[in-house]
Amino acid sequence: MILKGKVWKFGDNIDTDAIIPARYLNTSDPDELAKHVMEDADKDFPDKVKKGDLIVAESNFGCGSSREHAPIAIKAAGIQAVVAKSFARIFYRNSFNIGLPIFESDEASEKIAEGDEIEVDADNGTIKNLTKNEEYTAKPIPPFMQELIAAGGLIEWTKKRIKAS
Amino acid sequence: MTITEKILAAHAGKERVSAGELINAKLDIILANDITAPISIREFNKIGAKDVFDRNKIAFIPDHFAPQKDIKAAEQCKMLREFSREHELGLYFEVGRMGIEHALLPEQGIVLPGDVVIGADSHTCTYGALGAFSTGVGSTDVASAMATGECWFKVPESMKFVYYGTLNKWVSGKDLILHTIGDIGVDGALYRAMEIEGEAISSLPMSGRLTMCNMAIEAGGKNGIIVPDDVTEAYVKARAKREYTFYTSDKDAEYVDIREYDCSKIQPTVSCPHLPSNTKAAAELSDISIDQVVIGSCTNGRIEDMREAAEVIRGKKVHPNTRMIVIPATQEIYLQAMREGLAETFVQADAVFSTPTCGPCLGGHMGILAKGEKAIATTNRNFVGRMGDPGSEVYLSNPAVAAASAVMGRIAVPEEVQ
Repeated sequence: MILKGKVWKFGDNIDTDAIIPARYLNTSDPDELAKHVMEDADKDFPDKVKKGDLIVAESNFGCGSSREHAPIAIKAAGIQAVVAKSFARIFYRNSFNIGLPIFESDEASEKIAEGDEIEVDADNGTIKNLTKNEEYTAKPIPPFMQELIAAGGLIEWTKKRIKAS
Repeated sequence: MTITEKILAAHAGKERVSAGELINAKLDIILANDITAPISIREFNKIGAKDVFDRNKIAFIPDHFAPQKDIKAAEQCKMLREFSREHELGLYFEVGRMGIEHALLPEQGIVLPGDVVIGADSHTCTYGALGAFSTGVGSTDVASAMATGECWFKVPESMKFVYYGTLNKWVSGKDLILHTIGDIGVDGALYRAMEIEGEAISSLPMSGRLTMCNMAIEAGGKNGIIVPDDVTEAYVKARAKREYTFYTSDKDAEYVDIREYDCSKIQPTVSCPHLPSNTKAAAELSDISIDQVVIGSCTNGRIEDMREAAEVIRGKKVHPNTRMIVIPATQEIYLQAMREGLAETFVQADAVFSTPTCGPCLGGHMGILAKGEKAIATTNRNFVGRMGDPGSEVYLSNPAVAAASAVMGRIAVPEEVQ
């Protein structure tokens, strides 16, 4: 699967309160959450972001709360994938569970600028920067995470396990 | 093996496990709250399981936006109530019985030493203070676990944190953990177990231990954990309604890093906006004016915290430019605070004394900040917009510093008001 689009760039420690502020958590409706995505990091972001865009950030993306509303809001806003140097562990887990593609790459995080066009090959982790004509490689996705993706997320994986038992 | 590895091995049916290994572990308790359970319920219903795996091991606690703060919050709480009735959950806590989940479950003896616990709330790591493996996950993980009673984990590497010496006056578990996060950073323990020990921990009461493990997540940790001892036994023996197991770490257990702290050098500590790692000595911040003080939360809403704040503010008044909100974390703490006259102390000082709720900690209700306002709170996070407007600021401290700041209308240490 190739994920191609324009990049929005963010810094270190983008926390889940910035991704989706708690004041909007009286609902879990993805479309409602998407209206406020990244609002406390950049208040104009929900208006600027377009379906098919990607987020590139630095270290510890998604730190803080366990709220699954964070990756849900990102996905529902039409953002195809998030690339960062590292992810907070609950956000990392949640993203795979709900099917938001995420990739870890120091080089991509350092070299990609806001507005760059990039193309991520979700199968092999190759990230092409079409604007700068560069290529980076994301860390391989752990085998179990690949199994989750192949099953279609944690719920589908659980269904299979329950049927098999 | 470390205590973390031993608990995980026992729950995965293995003789031993090592860091990096992927396991499937049986769960003792699974929890979710009014923010996270609605997604868990929706996803659980997609699985098509006949029923939950064990109706007495799933705790649903409406504590974040409860008592129901608006119609949408009421709808979410209603989902928890209806699901709990339908599946006859034994651990559903209605408003009036509920408390902040991470104070309530240890207090009621529902989480115990040696358990493996997951919760759709990042501060689920609190129960490591009892010698349990306990970690926050998302709603979908909880949904899957409600059907299977199991969860997959990557066995974390362990970091050891050793605290020497005795604590200075007005220094508590909160200051130790803020100091530690200031030292290692908000991702300093990313994916790792934080094992906490040392002579200062041996003499630390359970309340302070719960506070420390509660904030392991603020350093990125997967879990915080303390090897159980006499303090643990004294805390759990009257509360437990089932068997529990004390695990210890072996002498040759492996740690990726060992950090040592001399407690005589740790002063009352404050995390400045907008990261818990942005720490300074409280005494250096006396030029920061304060609009709101919050004492409560899963971090510092226990009876010991109420007593500490009351001791500082007894017989004094909250500064005219400041408002103070005190929130005991559970009904039992609320009652005890009344019996001890603490509630009266707070009200006579012109503070608000509230029913249990997470409320202002996450900017939900019961004390939201306007643009430009500054709060000092005994809570756990000070991210942008955490307690209200994105243009507001939160400083994190222990209850004594928060109470002293309420009196002075600016950040203050308790000595200034005594």
